[in-house]
Amino acid sequence: MTKYDVIIIGAGPAGMAAAIFAARGTLSVLVVDESAPAGGTVKNTHLVANYPGFPEPISGLELTKRMFKQAKSFGAKFELAAEITDYNFKDDLKWIEIDDDEKFETENIIIATGINPRQLNLPGEQEFKGRGIHYCATCDGDFYSGKDIAIIGAGDTAMEESLVLLKYVNSITFIHHGFHNLRAEKCTVDQVMDHENVTMIWSHESQKFERDGDKLVIIAENLDTKEIVKIKKDALFIFVGMKPNSEWLKDSGLNINERGYIPTGENCKTNLKNVYAIGDIRVKKFNQITTAIADGTIAALEVVRKISCSH
Amino acid sequence: MQKYLESSLDEVQTISEVENLINNNEKVAISCGRNGPMCLPVYGAFEVLKEKERYSDIKFVVMPFDVPGASIIRELPECRFFRGLPFTIYYKNGKVVGATSSIQDAKSIKKTINECFP
Repeated sequence: MTKYDVIIIGAGPAGMAAAIFAARGTLSVLVVDESAPAGGTVKNTHLVANYPGFPEPISGLELTKRMFKQAKSFGAKFELAAEITDYNFKDDLKWIEIDDDEKFETENIIIATGINPRQLNLPGEQEFKGRGIHYCATCDGDFYSGKDIAIIGAGDTAMEESLVLLKYVNSITFIHHGFHNLRAEKCTVDQVMDHENVTMIWSHESQKFERDGDKLVIIAENLDTKEIVKIKKDALFIFVGMKPNSEWLKDSGLNINERGYIPTGENCKTNLKNVYAIGDIRVKKFNQITTAIADGTIAALEVVRKISCSH
Repeated sequence: MQKYLESSLDEVQTISEVENLINNNEKVAISCGRNGPMCLPVYGAFEVLKEKERYSDIKFVVMPFDVPGASIIRELPECRFFRGLPFTIYYKNGKVVGATSSIQDAKSIKKTINECFP
């Protein structure tokens, strides 16, 4: 079993910042992520315009590629597209197993698994993913040029994505469980709602999805009348926010709040000894690349200092 | 040849390249897409799996969705109802044995590979 000074789980900006600072502090570092390439959700960001040092906007992919290159240049090792199939974080000597195969030991764990787009987990959603149900306007919008689509979601992402979709589609129908209010930024909502081909179905909660020939059928309950209605469209795009990637930690002994985030104390420490949580997975007010980088820096320097002192 | 996709994998662009590939390799996986957030994770997973010993007998490649040659993928009967990029096709001995649409995580890609190439 290979032993590292620190194992970082998650290769987004927080995890890569931790890898850069820990590896540059001469620690042996392993970064594990279930996806590839490295970069977390930021790699999917079209343009990052507020990252200090880049007066011209830089693509999220390019920014995170540079972080990856930098972490590797200091000697950090990466295991990407690797699933953690077992682990123990409670004992002093902690370990992870990846892909039911290799095991790695460490005394220090940094968790940086971030957040991912939320799915509705309704019947039919998985079955029709990519075949009528979609999560990305830029990727899949042009398949529906001139078509009539529905959107579930009413937050900022849903409104911004709908502006992209309006370049392609004939009409958009929002299906919203709320009662005549939207939580998205007003100026974006106005831009969308002023469009003549946008309509809103209020107070309807989707229950399942079916197919009828080329059409996708959204079966929803009218929350006012309890009537079940069928809404037939060419496609459905779902934008219902993000969820923390913490389900895999439910038996870890870590304190996790009711929303799935990890509360941390001073220097990103969790309730478990030598286990840290950084980036979007931890409870905090502002989730930005810069705050994720700060978390990664703090946790890594804490581990570097602790190991230096023990020597 | 100009490469269009953000991937270190070999990129095929023409029908004849695809035909050569599937006729001369027992196991082939082609991910056909663009540089969007649904496609890059599939290319990224392919890049990692390509380096693993257990998948060394599989030829992993990418193909731009918008080149004319991609019609060989787009017009497959298996892709008839696909509306999400990338279209990822698994060939064994020149025949399609699996096809997925839209983003797939590494876990589901490995599952598909295990089913297609038992």
